[in-house]
Amino acid sequence: MAKRIDVTDLNVYYGSFKAVEGVSMTVEPRSVTAFIGPSGCGKSTFLRTLNRMHEVIPGGRVEGKVMLDDQDLYAPSMDPVTVRRTIGMVFQRPNPFPTMSIYDNVAAGLRLNGVKNKKTLDGIVESSLKGANLWTEVKDRLNKPGAGLSGGQQQRLCIARAIAVQPQVLLMDEPCSALDPISTLAIEDLINELKSEFTIVIVTHNMQQAARVSDRTAFFNLKATGEPGRLIEIDDTTRIFNNPSEQSTEDYISGRFG
Amino acid sequence: MSAITDERRPDDASVPDDATPPGGRQGRDALRQMGSPHRARNVKDVIARVVMWFCFFLAMIPLVWILWTVISKGAHLLGSMEWWTGNQRNINSDDAGGGARHAIEGTLQMVGMTALIAVPIGIFTAVYLVEYGRGKLARAISFTVDILSGVPSIVAALFIYAVWVTTFGLSRSGFAAALALVLLMIPVVVRSTEEMLKLVPNELREAAYALGVPKWVTVVKVVLRTAFSGIITGVLLGIARVMGETAPLLILAPYTKNFQRDLFNGNFPTLPMMINQDRGDFALATAAERMWAAALTLIILVLLLNIIGRVIAYFGSVKK
Repeated sequence: MAKRIDVTDLNVYYGSFKAVEGVSMTVEPRSVTAFIGPSGCGKSTFLRTLNRMHEVIPGGRVEGKVMLDDQDLYAPSMDPVTVRRTIGMVFQRPNPFPTMSIYDNVAAGLRLNGVKNKKTLDGIVESSLKGANLWTEVKDRLNKPGAGLSGGQQQRLCIARAIAVQPQVLLMDEPCSALDPISTLAIEDLINELKSEFTIVIVTHNMQQAARVSDRTAFFNLKATGEPGRLIEIDDTTRIFNNPSEQSTEDYISGRFG
Repeated sequence: MSAITDERRPDDASVPDDATPPGGRQGRDALRQMGSPHRARNVKDVIARVVMWFCFFLAMIPLVWILWTVISKGAHLLGSMEWWTGNQRNINSDDAGGGARHAIEGTLQMVGMTALIAVPIGIFTAVYLVEYGRGKLARAISFTVDILSGVPSIVAALFIYAVWVTTFGLSRSGFAAALALVLLMIPVVVRSTEEMLKLVPNELREAAYALGVPKWVTVVKVVLRTAFSGIITGVLLGIARVMGETAPLLILAPYTKNFQRDLFNGNFPTLPMMINQDRGDFALATAAERMWAAALTLIILVLLLNIIGRVIAYFGSVKK
């Protein structure tokens, strides 16, 4: 299921503004890769280019290459809709569809793409909710609105919704920043379980979280406001937090700036 | 509040220095000073409240007055069965009563046709403007809608007359009047739908895109669905706006006292035109009574539509 992502010399632009410059990295399958760095350094922007979500914003475009195993995500023949089905995303703020029930939210990705078979849907909804550690909490009220759940439950609902379309990769853009510590712990446990099946990339502002959940960590930084963000280094998480190669990484980790 | 503050002042002065509260002397002085802006704010609050209530009652006066006049002068004709089943055939101005069924049916039929044409155009335009439109074309369309919403109804009517009758040589009919009403209804539907679509959070669109849902499916199943109840409300506002329009009817759809269910040929009965017809013989008590009754009927129709719309909106709305 899980696939490797290879990024080569990626520049990201919004209109004429260069937001991210010269990123090359490899994201290993069945592992968790964390992106850390100060605000505005382009880590979320870069994350969105991995499933072409940046194109939703007018003027968003990239130069460079992103390969998912042997598929070029930016090949002219590649449909961004297909890319997003293969590479799912969970957002900062939980965003269940307000008009839909819990069941419908999880089934949304399949239903909106034309899957109608009730049995198939039932099976996938159940396995996705179990996969997101939410099944026991909601199994008796699948027809209640998804917006009625707590913030942490909503976020797990969004994860269930994302894994229901069976993607290869799961991108998470600060998935815990709007949640309390207990819900955060639940999501982190979930990430640990999900990595046996998916390739996971997570952006976080919380360095302890990066240290707790990730196998590899990438540190992004920018020289000054208005300058494009760059990848400073990517390495095993233990190495980044204990013995980074770059001085600026050490400064950031130890709280000397940012 | 003010009385309490005043009473405490001498007490405060008599407290010796060594008994200063935890906040210290400065803290106590600051507390004392807080009294006066608080009082000033209360006064402003009361003034603002009085002004608002006054304005509210001022605005209510004409509304209540109109309702009272129309109900008191027109209500008793509505009590007869004939009003709801018959028409005005062979009923002269000095005859009492008669029916309004022909005009009720006509108005509903004409407004229905108007909505049938204007609602899809309006909603599609709004979807284009909010979800797809960028740059010059979108700005041009938005500007055109602004202009259209400022067009007086008589101008819309004359425009349709010029196209329909003068240019194409077709005859005046209910449908021609409906076309003029379409011009008046489209901007209302576009603007209200646009506002509702803008209220749909971007996160929901992104959530759908991230699931690999194509944009058009996202617009139909997520954006329009989430904005559904607001859009219905906007459509009803549009219908209410055109239901009572009279100028297009005067120019394009001459009145008939008979049943006439063909929108495309001949004269066409509508409630505003029925009111206008009886207004001509206002001096006769029989005609005046009919006029008020027709006016009340029109108000009731608009009210019913609003209630139906609210029920639909309630069942389609976002629930927690």
